[in-house]
Amino acid sequence: MSENVFEVDHLGLYYLGRFGDKTHAVTDVSFSMKQGEILGIAGESGCGKSTLVSGLMGMCIPPLYPESGDVRVKNGDKMESLMNRDIEDVRANVLAQQVSMIPQGAFNALNPVRKIKDIAADVLKAHARPGEKQDAKQIYDRVYAHFDRIGMDTKRVLNSFPINLTAGERQRCVIAISTILLPKMVIADEPTSALDVSTQKEVIKMIFDLLDKGIFQSMIFITHELPLLYHVADNIAIMYAGEIVEKGTAEQVVKDPRHPYTQALMGAMLSTEASQRGRHPVAIEGAPPSLKNKIVGCRFAPRCSKACPDCKKNTQNLRIVGDRDVRCDYAK
Amino acid sequence: MQSDKPIVFSAKRISKDFGAGKSLKTAVKDVSFDIYDEEFISIVGGSGCGKSVLAKIMLGLYQPTRGQFLYRDKPIKNLKDHWNEVQSVFQDPFGCFNQFFTIRSQLEDALNILKDKPSKEEVRRRVDEGLKAVNVAPADIEGKYPFELSGGQMQRMLLARIFALRPKVLIADEATSMVDACVRANILDYLRKLKDELKMTVVFVTHDIGLANYVSDRIFIMHDGKIVNQGTPAEVLDNTNEPHTLRLLDDIPEVHKTEWIKNSHRSKK
Repeated sequence: MSENVFEVDHLGLYYLGRFGDKTHAVTDVSFSMKQGEILGIAGESGCGKSTLVSGLMGMCIPPLYPESGDVRVKNGDKMESLMNRDIEDVRANVLAQQVSMIPQGAFNALNPVRKIKDIAADVLKAHARPGEKQDAKQIYDRVYAHFDRIGMDTKRVLNSFPINLTAGERQRCVIAISTILLPKMVIADEPTSALDVSTQKEVIKMIFDLLDKGIFQSMIFITHELPLLYHVADNIAIMYAGEIVEKGTAEQVVKDPRHPYTQALMGAMLSTEASQRGRHPVAIEGAPPSLKNKIVGCRFAPRCSKACPDCKKNTQNLRIVGDRDVRCDYAK
Repeated sequence: MQSDKPIVFSAKRISKDFGAGKSLKTAVKDVSFDIYDEEFISIVGGSGCGKSVLAKIMLGLYQPTRGQFLYRDKPIKNLKDHWNEVQSVFQDPFGCFNQFFTIRSQLEDALNILKDKPSKEEVRRRVDEGLKAVNVAPADIEGKYPFELSGGQMQRMLLARIFALRPKVLIADEATSMVDACVRANILDYLRKLKDELKMTVVFVTHDIGLANYVSDRIFIMHDGKIVNQGTPAEVLDNTNEPHTLRLLDDIPEVHKTEWIKNSHRSKK
């Protein structure tokens, strides 16, 4: 039994509005990760996935504030808390070295007027230890060595501007840059959502390649494509309206979903199987609830096909159903 | 496929070049096809295969460099007349709406393109109808601006515009690639509804062969500027030997595939 490398303990985050109103984007999220684990987080747009990422990185930049709970990262031998700390301190000591992030939309993440090698060099310069002197050649050598190690065409790619690369290459550059300081863990926020299926597969291949080479060990992979998560992740957590509604192994959650929301998500997926051609994917009607107001009862109840009258009254808690956590009193 | 319906688009060996000399790039190479009335066609291919260029040729935004492209037996000359009958839905709904005007005013403006301009009440009624067709209560978007809605809702607004305009042909260029999986099923239903209820010809451009399989009457698979495979979903998908089709099928992560990717990290079950 290996130790946890990442712990999230009843994390709650809210956005402060202009008039002092709070939008509780994330409520009561808890999970822990072991060394080498890949955790997938899935959910609709607007269910708090990207806010959760900011929280996990300890980057609670106003108007986002932590409400409750804690995020702890293993740093050396001890677990280090990321909450209620100076952001610059977190940035200098934890981010990119312990935990790094692969952002969504590679085109927005890269500076369009700088070459890839300069963007990568900036990361190294920004994370230089105090007092550490690096000359330009050393820095570029490190950049070349890293890109070489992960199997990219260094000569061409590093001397290109982002505009000259294809979408897939850009995304791979972003992944290379975010792992340049060899973080223990990577949080990938929809790394493939803007790519076509073939490029997506190549990017996922690259991520596995990095894992094999030991460049990073653990990963949180966020996406709305459940079938993709099934192939990538060990464990999957499904989010809805800021809460985790189901959490289990990939096999359990995808093949045998127990929460009505997960079941509905799986029902909305398409298939190319010949036997499935007549099957009609069923969209979930409606939209996730607004989190501006306090929600009483089950958050999914208004859209749930199996909702009982008291679902709207009783707050649902995570409970264990068939070896996984489900936030539904009626799940079997 | 032979059909007794009239031909909407007819392409005879069309090519489209970009650039010249050393940087010459041919995006569409010698493509021929016929699209019949009331058909649901999907054009499937990876990025850079020329599928969007083909869509733009259909919209009259590009002229083919070589070959002959006809819309209902005539070349496309007057774009305004063409857009009276051929309309499109694009990938990024936020890029399609002006952030400074309300959604309703923009939907109403869209009807200005029609030749016989409807009266003010008629415009209002048709926009309301369009909104109802995509399950949005007109009161919900009253006075709202594009940035106040989510991506999925905005994509529906684009479709509401189509329901209000009622063109004869719809070109949907990657209309579902920016929205998440649950909304995607919804958008596909609406596209299908356009075809079934309003008798529209729909050309759906996508990179996901799974979507094409679900909605289309005929599928064109494109690779490197050429149509490499075409036919009904059953013909294209089942027992195909065409390598590009196989690759597209192979790359979709699906639950029923036992090993989509070599995953050495999955703790063995």
